[in-house]
Amino acid sequence: MQGDGDDILVTEGLGKSFGDFAAVSDVSLRVKRGSIHALIGPNGAGKTTCFNMLTKFIAPSAGRIVYNGRDITSLAPADVARLGLVRSFQISAVFPHLTALENVRVALQRKRGDNFDFWRSKRVLHRFDARARELLEEVGLTPFADAQASDISYGRKRALEIATTLALDPEMMLLDEPMAGMGHEDIDRIVALIRRVSVNRTVLMVEHNLNVVQNLSDRITVLTRGRVLAEGDYATVSENSEVKTAYLGDVHD
Amino acid sequence: MSALASAAPARASHDARDFALAGVLMIAAIVAAPFFVYPFFVMQMLCVALFACAFNLLIGYVGLLSFGHAMFFGMASYVSAHAAKEWGLDPEFAILCGVGVAAAMGLVSGALAIRSKGIYFAMITVALSQMVYFFCVQAPFTHGEDGIQSVPQGRVFGLVSLADSATLYVFVALVFLIGFFVVYRTINSPFGEILKAIRENEPRATSLGYRVMRYKLMAFVLSAALAGLAGATKALVVQNASLSDVGFQMSGEVVLMTLLGGMGTLYGPVVGAVVVVAMQNYLAQYGQWVTVMQGAVFVACVLLFRRGIVGEIAKWARLAL
Ligand SMILES: Nc1ncnc2c1ncn2[C@@H]1O[C@H](COP(=O)(O)OP(=O)(O)OP(=O)(O)O)[C@@H](O)[C@H]1O
Ligand SMILES: [Mg+2]
Repeated sequence: MQGDGDDILVTEGLGKSFGDFAAVSDVSLRVKRGSIHALIGPNGAGKTTCFNMLTKFIAPSAGRIVYNGRDITSLAPADVARLGLVRSFQISAVFPHLTALENVRVALQRKRGDNFDFWRSKRVLHRFDARARELLEEVGLTPFADAQASDISYGRKRALEIATTLALDPEMMLLDEPMAGMGHEDIDRIVALIRRVSVNRTVLMVEHNLNVVQNLSDRITVLTRGRVLAEGDYATVSENSEVKTAYLGDVHD
Repeated sequence: MSALASAAPARASHDARDFALAGVLMIAAIVAAPFFVYPFFVMQMLCVALFACAFNLLIGYVGLLSFGHAMFFGMASYVSAHAAKEWGLDPEFAILCGVGVAAAMGLVSGALAIRSKGIYFAMITVALSQMVYFFCVQAPFTHGEDGIQSVPQGRVFGLVSLADSATLYVFVALVFLIGFFVVYRTINSPFGEILKAIRENEPRATSLGYRVMRYKLMAFVLSAALAGLAGATKALVVQNASLSDVGFQMSGEVVLMTLLGGMGTLYGPVVGAVVVVAMQNYLAQYGQWVTVMQGAVFVACVLLFRRGIVGEIAKWARLAL
């Protein structure tokens, strides 16, 4: 199974068990290059576990992952990121005691290669400030550039995370509930941002807000109990009776 | 955006100024000290303070608690004493030998310890340092219980004799300041930014493509080398190297000094070292009770000033120290 040129990410029979419990089993995904692909499903369906495996934060118990035609199943997480497959986290992941600007700059610093130069002043990093401010502007954080990340609201932390991820200019972004905890205004801004930045990259996102999913995604994979339940565009998936029961069941839980 | 009104608190950007100011104070203190205190005592303090700064680089800026740092300090002190006495090397080369050995030990022990976290990391460093301790008890060149005595202080670059106490003082002060500046520079370098990112959120740093283990290892080696610089210099100051510098108590004391002064602050370890060494010295008349008093002070400090002395001052005066 090599990804034909059209698929940037392909998984085959991906599975993860924690002890006896199979959190994810037999997930075969194909993500089209340049598309926005949504991964949805009720709580505990295994979406985050999939993300963790795709970015090698946890080792799969079964299956293969091919990214850009290359088998990445046994790569280290930092090396996956270096190939241009970059994730965000479900729980806000910023560097709390750095300013918003410094948060973004940490990602921009990657352009320097290995940053082992302990003998040089960090003033050399100021050349990234302009780009960092641009990225903050894109997510509406300009007034908070010099605020410590721990001091800004949860929704803004999420925005900061997206700016930081974008700073790497990744070929493919995995966003785990990027809009959780955001207000309406912010959601609209981030939806617009994701659409804008997806023009020349691929986005795989987990999202619970079905309006957002309908609005943004080209293709949707529905996961329940660790398995793929349905796949297709929004119209197809939302008509699927199994999907309806899975979601309704979840609501009544 | 309504948020503009509630603009976030801007973080003080006076770090460099505060640092410079405190630096001037510290240099003034180093210059003035020998006129008030026995210079030999101040030199020992400077060596131990540099050791604490090296330790702080790990605990304060990478979040790694090493409980075996005396292995670098003590071993470098043996090596530099041996190089000066048996090989007749000039002091700068004797010290370099000590630093080199400490860095190499840092590379090996770091590679073994760095994959573990928290208490497991601490335990591995304890185990390794105990091995080094027993090696030092057994190895012929350390002369076991006797240690290496009457280490010659020699001439820097074959020219300037360190037997003169004023010259020795200047030399030790310079070594300390160089070591201190290396720590400052490391913390405020592109490398230091990544270290901070790792300390703050390791998975996030990994997800941005940083190979976290290499950064930690690099920091570990730097810390070991600087601890070695301190130990190697101390051997020339006190003109001997002994088991006490490589033992568990020394590893514990450096933890104490750093916590007392304020870990993760630049000047904290220096203040902590001065307090602990002074306490040991002036309380020496009470014999065994020193340890008890030291313990009491430590407990009181941990309960009263959680950020350490300098940490509390920095917070109170809103300074970056
Ligand atoms: N490290 C772990 N050890 C044991 N069980 C785990 C572990 N990580 C996840 N699980 C379990 O695996 C299942 C899938 O979890 P996962 O976090 O992937 O779900 P999710 O689809 O992301 O859910 P949510 O929408 O709540 O984020 C859950 O039942 C969870 O309890
Ligand atoms: Mg999840």
